[in-house]
Amino acid sequence: MAIPLKYNLRNLFVRRVTTLMTVFTVALVVAVFIAIMSLANGLSSALVSTGSPENVIAIRESSQSEVQSSVTREAFQIIQTLPGVARDPQGKPLASAEIAVLVNLPRRGSGEPSNVTIRGVSEAGFALRPLVKIVAGQMLRPGLGEAIVSRKIADRFESTEIGETIHLGRRDWKVVGLFDAGGTAFDSEIWSNVNDVADAFDRLNYSSVLVRAENVAARDQLASRITGEQRLKLESKPEVTYYEEQTSVGGPIKALGIFVGVILGIGACFGGMNTMYAAVAYRTREIGTLRALGFSKASILTSFVIESVIIALIGGVVGCILSIPFNGIATGTTNFRTFSEVAFSFRITPDLVISALIFAAIMGVFGGLLPSRLAARMPITKTLREM
Amino acid sequence: MAETLIELARVTKHYKRDAIEIPVLDEVTLDIARGEFLALMGPSGSGKTTLLNLIAGIDRPSSGKVVVENKDIARLNEKELARWRARHVGFIFQLYNLIPVLNAFENVELPLLLTSLSKKKRRDHVMTALSVVGLEERVNHYPRQLSGGQEQRVAIARAIVTDPTLLVADEPTGDLDAKSADEILDLMKRLNEEFDKTIIMVTHDPHAAGYAHSVLHLEKGVLSKTGGVYEVPTAHN
Repeated sequence: MAIPLKYNLRNLFVRRVTTLMTVFTVALVVAVFIAIMSLANGLSSALVSTGSPENVIAIRESSQSEVQSSVTREAFQIIQTLPGVARDPQGKPLASAEIAVLVNLPRRGSGEPSNVTIRGVSEAGFALRPLVKIVAGQMLRPGLGEAIVSRKIADRFESTEIGETIHLGRRDWKVVGLFDAGGTAFDSEIWSNVNDVADAFDRLNYSSVLVRAENVAARDQLASRITGEQRLKLESKPEVTYYEEQTSVGGPIKALGIFVGVILGIGACFGGMNTMYAAVAYRTREIGTLRALGFSKASILTSFVIESVIIALIGGVVGCILSIPFNGIATGTTNFRTFSEVAFSFRITPDLVISALIFAAIMGVFGGLLPSRLAARMPITKTLREM
Repeated sequence: MAETLIELARVTKHYKRDAIEIPVLDEVTLDIARGEFLALMGPSGSGKTTLLNLIAGIDRPSSGKVVVENKDIARLNEKELARWRARHVGFIFQLYNLIPVLNAFENVELPLLLTSLSKKKRRDHVMTALSVVGLEERVNHYPRQLSGGQEQRVAIARAIVTDPTLLVADEPTGDLDAKSADEILDLMKRLNEEFDKTIIMVTHDPHAAGYAHSVLHLEKGVLSKTGGVYEVPTAHN
């Protein structure tokens, strides 16, 4: 049987000041790790969760995003006639021609300008995106220069509240409603009618066409059909895939999170190591006694590593608690595919918490390994002489 | 004639400090009978603790054989030797060496954690050992809540709880006042006489040595009379 766990737990309590200091070091590292990773998580999730599974988006061949794309009005007409396109109860094809334009808006507070996407949608655009819901004010009416703004954008940019007017393109837009897009990429946009946007920004062509397939199984076939149609010169893919491909914006943040986490983690390992070396020095005679009584080197090693992991895990839990206030904080960054603002929230998920605790445990193992090895390898006769 | 429990044959031990070899024991040959209460005496640095450590299996000889119950323990590997110690040796240290964060019960229970005994059986054994040393009322006391004499009695309970083949004691009264020392020595004598425990005790103190059946003197790593055991006339025998 191994050395009882209460031996380690009570020793941690006896040396509580040192224990707490180490716990705090690990906690800070874990909190920073979680904060950065929750940022990356929130950003990824804003993009990954965007799109309906039956929808297909068509943009110009080789375009990285809608903003760089151009789809002719004829192409939109052709797409609507293709087999496999779903229809509404009135028999009209569920297809939305859309124009996405980058506009520059001043941020609230700082007044610093940032790019925001204004999206002109056809009537079907709303049916194609059931997640988008009006949460305040009313739905926009076509032809009147009315716009609806995502609540997250309204919180972050000037003149975007209901009743306010923003000058974009060649006209003023009256904000008539706020919408919530359920944490998807549309939460970073301003919407209006596609023809109003085309007039205001002098766009003859559309940016993209969003179309619903009859069902999920027919989706890929429809996408291939659009891509393969020589007259269109368009590239088509499932809407979900289109947004997933943009998650690469989260890559640098994730990499930064791991990099900072690892660097800080190495520092915390040294902190833990110091604590454990002190513990071994303080308990040298006890180690000798346990060895004399018949406890093996392996059980001494395991006992001290477990002690180090316990400290680290307590630190991990404290770090998780410290990071809770970050959860849900709204922020934004630039999507380098579209060069527009992506609004998202720090997102602490159970997976992230588990990863952080595993990260803490790894710090504990590495911090405890060398001191524990030293404890296990000390000659018994030498340890028993320690006063 | 009493059965030989421990047999040391031409045991030498030297330590290396930097490049210098320091001899500690020089060709010690000795037989110790089962049920013996032997005191090892000698000046500091004479090698008595080293000899005790070799018999207890916490050190290895540089050459020679250490045979306990017909097993050459010097040939056992690290793991086997740890198991052997757990089964056959009870340790009594000068500074008691109790684990400060464990109470009397838990300290005594420690060696039993290396056995396959059930929790209930372990409890029974611990309570028996603590009642032998007269501390059954102090099971929940931590070492800091006990006097020196009581701590040493808990240590003795820990040493006997597995019913080992032999007890080794290194200056067991070295840190105690005279009264407590006598209590501990009386207890050891009782363990030897009533429970037939073989005891090997290192001591500086002739008064303590007086409790033993026999006394061996070591001088610069050499037994005063190789293989022999001196009978010491004492009021306690």
